[in-house]
Amino acid sequence: MTSLPTHTDRKLGLVIDLDTCVGCHACVIACKGWNTEHYGAPLSDQDAYGAAPSGTFLNRVHSYEITPEAGPAQLVHFPKSCLHCEDAPCVTVCPTGASYKRVEDGIVLVNEADCIGCGLCAWACPYGAREMDLTARVMKKCTLCIDRIYNENLPEQDRMPACVRTCPSGARHFGDLGDPDSDVSQLVASRGGFDLMPDLGTRPVNKYLPPRPKDQWDDTDILAPFLEPVAQTPQGFLGWLDRALERL
Amino acid sequence: MKHQQPSLDLSPKTGDSIAKTTCYMCACRCGVDVHLKDGRVAYIEGNRDHPVNKGVLCAKGSAGIMQVTAPSRLRAPLRRVGPRGSGQFEEISWDDALATATGWMAPLRAHAPEKLAFFTGRDQSQSLTSWWAQQFGTPNYAAHGGFCSVNMAAAGIYTMGGAFWEFGQPDWDRTKLLLIFGVAEDHDSNPIKIGLGRLKARGARVVGINPIRSGYNAVADDWIGITPGSDGLLILSLIHCLLQAGKIDLDYLARFTNAPVLVNEDPASPECGLFLRDAAGKPLVIDRATGQPVAYDAPGILPDLAHGLRRAGITHRPVFQLLAERYLDPAHAPEAVAERCGIPARRIHALAAELARVAFDEAIEINQPWTDFRGVRHEKMVGRPVAMHAMRGISAHSNGFQTARALHVLQILLGTVETPGGFRFKPPYPKPPEAHPKPHATATPGQPLKGPHLGYPLGPEHLALTPEGTPARIDKAFSWENPLSAHGLMHMVIANAHAGDPYRIDTLFLYMANMAWNSSMGTGRVIEMLTDTDPETGEYVIPRIIYSDAYASEMVAYADLILPDTTYLERHDCISMLDRPISEADAAADAIRWPVVAPDRPGHEGVRGFQSVLIDLGARLGLPGFVTADGSPAYADYADYIQRHERRPGIGPLMGFRGDGTQTGRGAPNAEQIARYIGNGGFFTHHIPEAAQYFKPWNTAYQDWAVDLGLYDSPQPYVFNLYLEPLRRFQLAAEGHGAQQPPDHLRDRIRATMDPLPIWYPPLGDALSEQAAFPLHALTQRPMAMYHSWGSQNAWLRQIHGHNPLYVPTNIWQDHGFAQGDWARVSSPHGTITVPVAHMAALNPNTVWTWNAIGKRKGAWALAPDAPEATKGFLLNHLIHELLPARGDGHRWSNSDPITGQAAWFDLRVRIEKAPAPAEVQPNFPPLRSPWPITQR
Repeated sequence: MTSLPTHTDRKLGLVIDLDTCVGCHACVIACKGWNTEHYGAPLSDQDAYGAAPSGTFLNRVHSYEITPEAGPAQLVHFPKSCLHCEDAPCVTVCPTGASYKRVEDGIVLVNEADCIGCGLCAWACPYGAREMDLTARVMKKCTLCIDRIYNENLPEQDRMPACVRTCPSGARHFGDLGDPDSDVSQLVASRGGFDLMPDLGTRPVNKYLPPRPKDQWDDTDILAPFLEPVAQTPQGFLGWLDRALERL
Repeated sequence: MKHQQPSLDLSPKTGDSIAKTTCYMCACRCGVDVHLKDGRVAYIEGNRDHPVNKGVLCAKGSAGIMQVTAPSRLRAPLRRVGPRGSGQFEEISWDDALATATGWMAPLRAHAPEKLAFFTGRDQSQSLTSWWAQQFGTPNYAAHGGFCSVNMAAAGIYTMGGAFWEFGQPDWDRTKLLLIFGVAEDHDSNPIKIGLGRLKARGARVVGINPIRSGYNAVADDWIGITPGSDGLLILSLIHCLLQAGKIDLDYLARFTNAPVLVNEDPASPECGLFLRDAAGKPLVIDRATGQPVAYDAPGILPDLAHGLRRAGITHRPVFQLLAERYLDPAHAPEAVAERCGIPARRIHALAAELARVAFDEAIEINQPWTDFRGVRHEKMVGRPVAMHAMRGISAHSNGFQTARALHVLQILLGTVETPGGFRFKPPYPKPPEAHPKPHATATPGQPLKGPHLGYPLGPEHLALTPEGTPARIDKAFSWENPLSAHGLMHMVIANAHAGDPYRIDTLFLYMANMAWNSSMGTGRVIEMLTDTDPETGEYVIPRIIYSDAYASEMVAYADLILPDTTYLERHDCISMLDRPISEADAAADAIRWPVVAPDRPGHEGVRGFQSVLIDLGARLGLPGFVTADGSPAYADYADYIQRHERRPGIGPLMGFRGDGTQTGRGAPNAEQIARYIGNGGFFTHHIPEAAQYFKPWNTAYQDWAVDLGLYDSPQPYVFNLYLEPLRRFQLAAEGHGAQQPPDHLRDRIRATMDPLPIWYPPLGDALSEQAAFPLHALTQRPMAMYHSWGSQNAWLRQIHGHNPLYVPTNIWQDHGFAQGDWARVSSPHGTITVPVAHMAALNPNTVWTWNAIGKRKGAWALAPDAPEATKGFLLNHLIHELLPARGDGHRWSNSDPITGQAAWFDLRVRIEKAPAPAEVQPNFPPLRSPWPITQR
């Protein structure tokens, strides 16, 4: 079994805004594209044009309906990838040390050279965030695009995970959640960001921002003055019109 | 085991090079950075500098990498050797293919050009394809707008000189309240997502009005789950509330719209309902300063809204009074429409009040003086920060034109069009209907058509009719059946050609339009029409079909000659100011595609860009403009055309880097132009000066800028058409006035529907008694990760949407005792399908829906015959008909908007019953044979 580092210098992670995510899957495919070409084994597909296509993805979007007691049902789009937990059970369960958490930034990675494809880590992860690649027979997971975020071959503004760079609605944010002054920490503080399933004790680094309250109609009187009739009859309306035009 | 870390290379090489071109995974036209490695496409991401997507990219765009390797790509020209639909083809050479096409077309041009019908689907080169058809001389050309969104486009152009998407956009930086009507992932894709994100970040409010709460409507702050087809009722009720409260922008209406224009009110006059005009033909208004009638554009006047004029015994009142009278009527009160809209009356009041509050209490002022077309200087730009966007949920109904008109009238009454915080046009828009061409449809053997096919009729005199008064076009566009069909009616072409109504054609030439599957209303019947033979001759009723596509779509199997196109990364294209450019509200912008990888199809004849093939065909046919004086080809290929073609002197397909490379808009052709575009990231942007950014239709600074750029040759200011006089001209004809008269059976409908002020009427199918038997509305939405049929061949995207259930609202789900995994039989007056169902609570209680175009025919798109797209994926198209059910009046009425001919997809009504699960969706068609053996990856 593998030890976690006693501390990490930074806690890099994602902040995902469930209020803004439209469920478009842009992050899913940008991730698939980048990580098929970079870091370790490509993300393979099986039966790509056949009856049961299935492939490896490091990030998937699920959709859930919420039916509040009052008001109409809501649909929440929920992107999910590795949360880079501080107490990552996927690391401690690893029999070979292939799964590890980096001291520098807290990113949880798989050293594919040491991965025996036993799948224990995927069982241990309560979030279902790891996927076994069926062609390479190694465990794949979100790397936070570690080959992008420090990469001096990329323009500085592109040194962020592919999913964040591509997100059309700006629902994904990347930064150091260990620094309370960072933009992402500030965002989490101001928007009530939360941990996914905190009771499991995994202490995920990634945070989710909750959907803002919806359907907050005030059907009563606050807005009524805005619709106060100017006249009761068509003639009265023309009179109002003439007076109103005089004021222009 | 102790913590251990391998050493990682944190700066690995990311590829060999980046090529910047334009996406084509949907019609959004984003800029893409294509990462190349060892000569192949390794990664695609958004171009940060690009005006459309500003660096972001959707799932479709990133998945383009799998499109260039898809096994469905065509490989060589094909000639059909078995019966249509058999999929039996032989590979032929390009010389053979082009000679065959020329051999079919040349005699038609010489003797009867109308016997060639050329229709294009998701065509982004309409300025070339339409010009080619014009030079050929056939009246039968259009793209796919008639079954897409012509109601939206035409209502926008006629009402205010531009519509949504390509024509204009919300003022994303300043708007405080956005209403989206009937918007799913239609248009445009990334800009709406970017914009919603920005609105959210600013705390602006978004209200989604849609029967289905998915996607954008799911993130909207408020959702109004309206009953399909009733949006017009809601909008007119909002107008009622705002008028009643005087929450309208009177100054804006007086200055910038035809609200003050005087209308003849004498019911006995042949000009009843038309404008009072001066000798020069200019509509008259009363000048509030003098009380005298003057031309609407007279310098310095302030037009009056309150006073009319009695002249020659005839009462004339301003448009505004007619409008107020119409919509103040209690029939438009929220309480009167609530039930039909499926929205509580108090919610309509609340929405109207919020519109009023934001428009007038949160008005924006920009300290930017500007001068209007009457020479009046305005010290500030005042805006009302309410924006609206609408798409197919409104337009794909038979009342869609009037509903879209109503929406624009609402925007205009609030003073939110072309003002800060509202809705802004994108160059070359604004452009009023008068500045658009009129339809041309007179075919002359051996001669070009005298002008463009498509345009904006202003009265019956502009219809495309034969001297006998019958439709001149095969699709009956611009006929009395649908007078303002500005985009043609592609959905009627095959049915009309098959019926020989109004006449038979010889060759049907289609580009990128899947008419044998998801692009037809009634797929099975269309397949029968494509394969039907004339009993006397044994020939096909539609004798010849030429088709160009890049992929093995269902339509390929039904064509006689296939001209294989390239994928979008292997070709030249221009996204042109002459056509549908990529402009933003603050800049004109156009773009190119260029071959970032070579179109290799090893072992086969290979593929060619369709536009290059069209130019080659034009030269072989000797079409004017496509050959030089000595008869040799005028252009080597499409790239050569893009650089050298001039539509008017100095005006070509691309506006940037003209002449010596420093000229914009106007200038001589430049042999380095495409190279300069490539060096500039694949696009060109020309910014609008600050003083010209808003009030564009009336702003002299904008008008002068547009003339400089070559958008038009003289300033074209105009006022918005609250009252649409051309509609009244058609009504007058229906009432018996004028030389051009409609057929008697259409008179009542023209009078009823072509009202010059927006009206609501029930979707035409709803008027039929049998609709009681079909109580549910059935809709489709395009998923965000798929574009029409293209996505299914994409190995990554089909893992997101490989099949589609029918989503059923809670009440129906419970009434029918559905459980997860159940199937249902869904029936309309035209057919029955048996499909999987799924429960969805966030749905209008009278509506079922599914994703658009996920279902595929077995064997198409190089998918395995047992692919889920074919066994569990399905189309609603089988339930739809291009005609309404017979009414016993001797006529078959089109299932289209009676004004524009827009296909009324969303008028569909169904009933649903629980059904035993079949082995696969029903109906299911025999597998198509793939043109080449399917090699699985």
